[in-house]
Amino acid sequence: MSAVMPTEPAAASPSMRSTKSITQRLRYLWYLSRRSPLTLVGAAIILLVLIMIIAAPMIAPYNPDKVSLTARLLPPSTAHWFGTDEVGRDLFSRVIYGARASCGAAFMIVLISMSIGVLIGCFSGVVGGRVDTAIMRLMDVVLALPALVLAMALAAALGPSLFNSMLAVAIVRIPAYVRLARGQTLSLREQVFVKASRTFGASPFYILRWHILPNAMSPIIVQATLDLGGVVLIAAALSFIGLGAQPPTAEWGALVSSGRSYMLDQWWYATFPGLAILITAMGCNLVGDGIRDMLDPRLRGR
Amino acid sequence: MMTTGIVESRGQALAIHNLSLEFPTFSGAIKALDNVSINVAKAEIVGIVGESGCGKSVTTMAATGLLPKGRYRVTGGSVRIFGHSTLAMDESQLQDVRGKMVSTIFQEPMNALNPTIRIGKQLTDVIMRHEEASLTDARRIARDILADMLIGEPERVMNLYPFELSGGMRQRVLIAMAFSCNPGLIIADEPTTALDVTVQAVILRLIQNRARRTGTSVIFISHNVAVVSQLCDRLYVMYAGRIVEQGATRTVLDAPQHPYTQALLRCLPERVAPKQELEAITGAVPNLMHPPAGCYFQPRCKEAVDLCRSRSPQLEGADGRQVACWRRGVGPEISEQGSRQ
Repeated sequence: MSAVMPTEPAAASPSMRSTKSITQRLRYLWYLSRRSPLTLVGAAIILLVLIMIIAAPMIAPYNPDKVSLTARLLPPSTAHWFGTDEVGRDLFSRVIYGARASCGAAFMIVLISMSIGVLIGCFSGVVGGRVDTAIMRLMDVVLALPALVLAMALAAALGPSLFNSMLAVAIVRIPAYVRLARGQTLSLREQVFVKASRTFGASPFYILRWHILPNAMSPIIVQATLDLGGVVLIAAALSFIGLGAQPPTAEWGALVSSGRSYMLDQWWYATFPGLAILITAMGCNLVGDGIRDMLDPRLRGR
Repeated sequence: MMTTGIVESRGQALAIHNLSLEFPTFSGAIKALDNVSINVAKAEIVGIVGESGCGKSVTTMAATGLLPKGRYRVTGGSVRIFGHSTLAMDESQLQDVRGKMVSTIFQEPMNALNPTIRIGKQLTDVIMRHEEASLTDARRIARDILADMLIGEPERVMNLYPFELSGGMRQRVLIAMAFSCNPGLIIADEPTTALDVTVQAVILRLIQNRARRTGTSVIFISHNVAVVSQLCDRLYVMYAGRIVEQGATRTVLDAPQHPYTQALLRCLPERVAPKQELEAITGAVPNLMHPPAGCYFQPRCKEAVDLCRSRSPQLEGADGRQVACWRRGVGPEISEQGSRQ
């Protein structure tokens, strides 16, 4: 048997490598990104925000909560890059610390709604029948709820807090993932490899875990990155109207909200947190678009 | 080495007895299988031939419980795989049967492997599902069986993803997977249809050699008579959900009895002299929602008599050789009855 092996024509050529080195992968990533510089810009923004989240104490020049009544409402200067607020807290430090609350919340929201949505969607698609119909109609109901209204209702019932508003936004975002995951499941379920796996005795759980989930993930990841930008906006909006993070907490939406009353005379107070929201949301959208283009071979060929 | 025909004495791998099955639709039931009986002895290689839609795949899928739940109705008959009645099994019992007692090789090797999982894991998962094996044992079994499928560097191939392999290589992996838990029966559903002609012969030999060596029974489903003739001990010819002829491969191909088998063989280019017109079977496959009265082949049959149009013939003949035709293999009194009608 082994004597025939080397002459076997179908044996793949030795030049075919099974594992790519990290530098190769990075180079490939670079090659893909170079085609769309905007994706790189978006990635840079997200990287920046990540650094802000992780290394906030190292970057921020002041304690974000330190009140200094002698330094109230100072305009941007070398000492206070973004100026100070009405009790003399350094706005630059507050914007940097605000990334933790704002982006942390947005990330959690997307993570929660994605995991719950994907689980429900795959389950619904695999089970099918009446259960599937019931779940999908329930999702239609949830889809009809406006995030802000649900957040207000939750805030009214449980009191305003960042957690409650996160919960509200997460619930409203679930149906999008359910529909996406269910659609993927329905089409994957009919794939030959799923049928083949059944002929080898695979259980429904195995099929869900190893065949459906990994193959359904790429559009879901794209959806999640695109969602991130929108959720940053919504989280900020909720804090802005007072339903999310409460005032002493440094959070971009809350900062804009309290800066609102000083808009005419102290422009920097609302402007810099607002810019932070704008830039972060834009960065998420750019990366989301970029990932979608990379994963879609039809768009990759341009 | 292999004997054909009488099978009962050696025990049955698969015994389908008078299986009838229909697919209910809004406009009526489609009678997909009608009294289909197929016996496969242990270590026997059996072919099922017939054109598309004649029920070849449906028969085997029904036997392994792979038809979509609730979309079909078994109206009669029984299926036994190594003595276990699969029609009565629930899904979890079927999962234990599939892969361990019977596994399937599919037509489309390009799509039958999960694109996101490495070959090695796909193989070892099947092995560990059915055998009490550790991961290292499973990898060793997988490596050995890949080598047996003439895959050079099996260790390397196991670390590849399916898209890195050619169609022929993927089919070898799938055959390896099918054989990996030493099932007693393998259903090869047109395993070479999607492959290059040059690879076809290699793949067929791989299945045949391994099956002969391990004493595995194989059911070859094919519309390609040439493929079947090289491999199979025995042959079933199906037409419109019925078995029309059955017998040892050589006898069926050298002396076909049923008009359909005869017509089918006349359609083969390799059996016709050069420059001679190929014959086509006139007419079309009957609509199984409203099948013709009597023999299903009767509307296209040149030899049809009145009896053929009123009563359907049953498989008749000695055990090793059976034909379902009023004009063949039956006593003169039935022929007379036919002319009387």
